[in-house]
Amino acid sequence: MPDEYEIVYKTYKDLPLSPIAKGKSLVFKTGSWRTMKPKLVLENCKKCGICWKYCPDVSILIVDDYPKIDYNYCKGCGICANECPFDAIVMVEEDSK
Amino acid sequence: MKITLPEDEIMEKGHMACLGCGGALAMRYLLKALGRKTMVAIPACCWAVIPGVFPYSCLEVPLQYVAFEATGAAISGIEAALKAKGKKEGTTVVGWAGDGGTLDIGIQALSGAVERGHDVKYVCYDNEAYMNTGIQRSSATPKGAWTTTTPVGNTRFWKKTNKKNIVEIMAAHDIPYTCTASVAYPEDLIKKAKKMKDIKGPCYMHIYAPCPTGWKYPPEKTIELSRLATETCIFPIYEVTYGKYKLNKNIRDEKKKPVLEYLKTQGRFRKLDEETVQSIQHYVDDEWIKLKKKVECFGEEK
Amino acid sequence: MKKVLSGNAAAAYGSKLARAEVISAYPITPQTKIVEKIADLIAVGEFETEFVKVESEHSAMAAAVSASLVGARTFTATSSQGLLLMHEILHWASASRTPIVMVNINRALAPPWSVWADHTDTVAQRDTGWMQFYCESCQEVLDTMLQLYKIAEDKDVMLPAMLSEDAFLLSHTSEIVDMPDQDMVDDFLGSFEPENIMDVDNPMSFGSLSMPHQYFYEFRYKIAEAMEIARSKILEVEKDFEKRFGRSYGGFIDLYRCDDAEIVLVAAGSMSSTIRVAIDELREKGEKIGLARLRVFRPFPIEEFREIAKKAKKIGVLDRSFCFGYEGAFFTEIKSALFDIDERPIVKGYVVGLGGRDVTLDVIHEIIDDCQATTDTRTEPFKWIGLSR
Repeated sequence: MPDEYEIVYKTYKDLPLSPIAKGKSLVFKTGSWRTMKPKLVLENCKKCGICWKYCPDVSILIVDDYPKIDYNYCKGCGICANECPFDAIVMVEEDSK
Repeated sequence: MKITLPEDEIMEKGHMACLGCGGALAMRYLLKALGRKTMVAIPACCWAVIPGVFPYSCLEVPLQYVAFEATGAAISGIEAALKAKGKKEGTTVVGWAGDGGTLDIGIQALSGAVERGHDVKYVCYDNEAYMNTGIQRSSATPKGAWTTTTPVGNTRFWKKTNKKNIVEIMAAHDIPYTCTASVAYPEDLIKKAKKMKDIKGPCYMHIYAPCPTGWKYPPEKTIELSRLATETCIFPIYEVTYGKYKLNKNIRDEKKKPVLEYLKTQGRFRKLDEETVQSIQHYVDDEWIKLKKKVECFGEEK
Repeated sequence: MKKVLSGNAAAAYGSKLARAEVISAYPITPQTKIVEKIADLIAVGEFETEFVKVESEHSAMAAAVSASLVGARTFTATSSQGLLLMHEILHWASASRTPIVMVNINRALAPPWSVWADHTDTVAQRDTGWMQFYCESCQEVLDTMLQLYKIAEDKDVMLPAMLSEDAFLLSHTSEIVDMPDQDMVDDFLGSFEPENIMDVDNPMSFGSLSMPHQYFYEFRYKIAEAMEIARSKILEVEKDFEKRFGRSYGGFIDLYRCDDAEIVLVAAGSMSSTIRVAIDELREKGEKIGLARLRVFRPFPIEEFREIAKKAKKIGVLDRSFCFGYEGAFFTEIKSALFDIDERPIVKGYVVGLGGRDVTLDVIHEIIDDCQATTDTRTEPFKWIGLSR
C-alpha cells in the first residue's frame, strides 16, 4: 500500500524541469532505525517541556499537555531520557513492551 | 506543558540525520526563530543529505542546494535577486553550512559576502570535521582529535593545530553582528537568531553541533556534552554587536570545569597523552582570558 | 541609434537593453571594460540593476545561478582563467536549467601568461550543457546577446548560453553599432517569468540528492532534449530578430560565397573577417572559395555541415584551439558530423592563432594553397600553421 506522502514520476516527461523537490520527508518512517526506544513514565512527568525541546527528530508531540512519542519517526537516540530531570522517560529494548 | 521555544515546527521528521545529531537540532531551532519567510542555501555537508532524497525534503522553506565553496556567493545572489524583484523586505536569506564549507573551502565566498554588506545571515553548524564525507579533519577540528585523516595510530598522529577562530575572523570584518550559540541553550540561540533577523546587514552565527558518529560518544549525551563544552570554556557563548563584545554565559572561575572532563567523554580524544591535555588546557585558558579582556575593553557601556 | 562601440561596450549595452536584473562579475583582462561600463551606466542612473561585485569568477557564476533560481534575469562576463575557474558551476547552471547569458572574451590560457585571442577557453566548456555562440563583429555581439536571452528563456529550452568574442581583436576594437530602441527590445524579449522559482509562499528544494535508480539519468536526458529543441528556437529567433531589427547572421553558420565554392573554409570569431578579404581577392582571380563561419558551436550544426559537404570538394577547418592528444575540436566534430553521409569531401584541419598569434592574409593564403594541394588526409590530417621550426 503506497504511503500517502509517496511521489512517483512515471516517465522523464512527468519530472519537473530540474531536481525540484516538493514532497515531504514524512514518507521516510525513520522509526524503523531504532534498537532502543523511549518509554514514558507519566507518573513522574512534571511537564517541564525539556524532552520536547531537545528531540532532534521532532518526534515528541504535545498531547493533552503531556509528551507523546511518535514511534513512526523516533530513532531512539535517547536524548529525551538522558535530559529528563524526573526519570519520566526510560530507554528500553525495541522489542520489549 | 512549559514551552520556552516557538512552537511551529518548520523542520519535519523523517529526515536522514544520525541518532542524536547536533546539526539537526541546530536547524530545528534556527527555523523556529526565523520563521517561514526564510530562504536557505545549503552547500555540500551533512545537511545536503539530511533532508532526504529527491523528491522529498524535511524543510518547509525554499531551499537551494549549492556547490561546496559557493554558499557565500549563493546568498549574495539570492539577496540581489530579491532586491531586484522588490521582494527582499520581510524575507530572511540564510546560508547554512558546515565547518568545512565555512572555515575551509567556503571561507573566500563567506568573506566576500559579508565584506560587501549583503543583508544575509550566515550560520555555521560546527561538528568539527568533514563529517558528511566520513569524518576527515577540517580547520575546525580541535587539537588532539582523532579523524580519519588524523587517525592517531601509534605515532600520536592526531590533529596538531588548534581550531581556526572563524568567529573572531568574522568579527574582524566589522559586520553588524557575530555570535556563537550551542544546541544546549536553544532559548539563547533563538533569541540571537531573531536578533539577526531584525538587523539589516551581514550577520554570522557559529553553532556548536556535536556529532555522535564522528566524535565517538553515545548519542543520548549530545546535550550534556554541549553544556560541558561551555562549562569548560572550550566553546564560549558570546556575541559581538557593532563591535561591542558581550558574554552570554559567564563561567565563574570557581565553576570552570577542567578540559579533561570534556575530553574523556569522547572516543576521539581517547589516546591523548598528558602533555597534549595540558597544552589544550592552557590554550583554552588563554583564549578564555583573551575573550574576557575583549569584553572588558570593548564591552557595552555600563 | 548608431554608436561607435567596442566589443566590450556592445556587451555592456546588451545587458542594459536586455534589462538584466542581477549582474555578478569579476574583472579579468580583457573583459574589464564590460564591468567598468556597466558600473558607469549604473553610476549615472542609466541602468537599474543589482551589480554584485563578487570576489572570484567561481562566486560570480554561483551567485548568478542562485539569482536566476529566484527568478531574476542574470548576466555575467569573463575570460580564459576566469571561465575555467567557474567550470564547476557551469555544469551546475545547465543542470539547474538557469537561462543565464554570459559573454566570454576568448583569451589564451596560462602558463605562459597571455591576454591575447585564443579559443581554448570556450572549447574546453563544450561539454557543460551551455549553448555556445561565436561572434565576428561588435554589432553581432549586441544582437546575439538579445537573441540569446530569448532562446535561453524559452520554457522548452531553459539552458544557459555563452557568447564569445576575441580578446582585443573584438573586445577592444570599435565599430559602428546600431543600438536598437529600448521599447523594441522590451517588445522582443518581454520579462523573465520562469515557472519554478524560490518563493516563500511555495517552498521547494532545488537540487536534492538523487539515487542511481531514480531520476538522475532522466534529468540528464531532459537537458539533451532541450538542446535539440534549441535548434529550432535558434532559427525561429533569428527570423523574428531579422523581421524586427533588420539584421541576420545566418543562424548556425554564416555562409559567405559558398554556393558554388569548391573549397570551403570553416572558422569562428574575428579571423573570419580576414578570410572574407582573402576570398574576395581569390574570387577576382576566378577561384571558387567560400567561408562557412561557425557561429553556433553548441548545439552543433550537424545538418548544416552535411549541406555544405554536398557541394564542397574540400573543407579546411581552422581551429584557434587544440585538444592535446588528438586534434582541433571543430575539426573533429565536423568530421564526425560527416561520418554517416555517403560521399564525403576532403576535410583537413589547420591549427592557427594560439596565444593571439596573428591570423593574417598570408596565413589564410597559405591555408588555401595547402588545401588546394591536399589530395588525401591520411598521412597529415591537420597542420599547425606558422610554427617556427
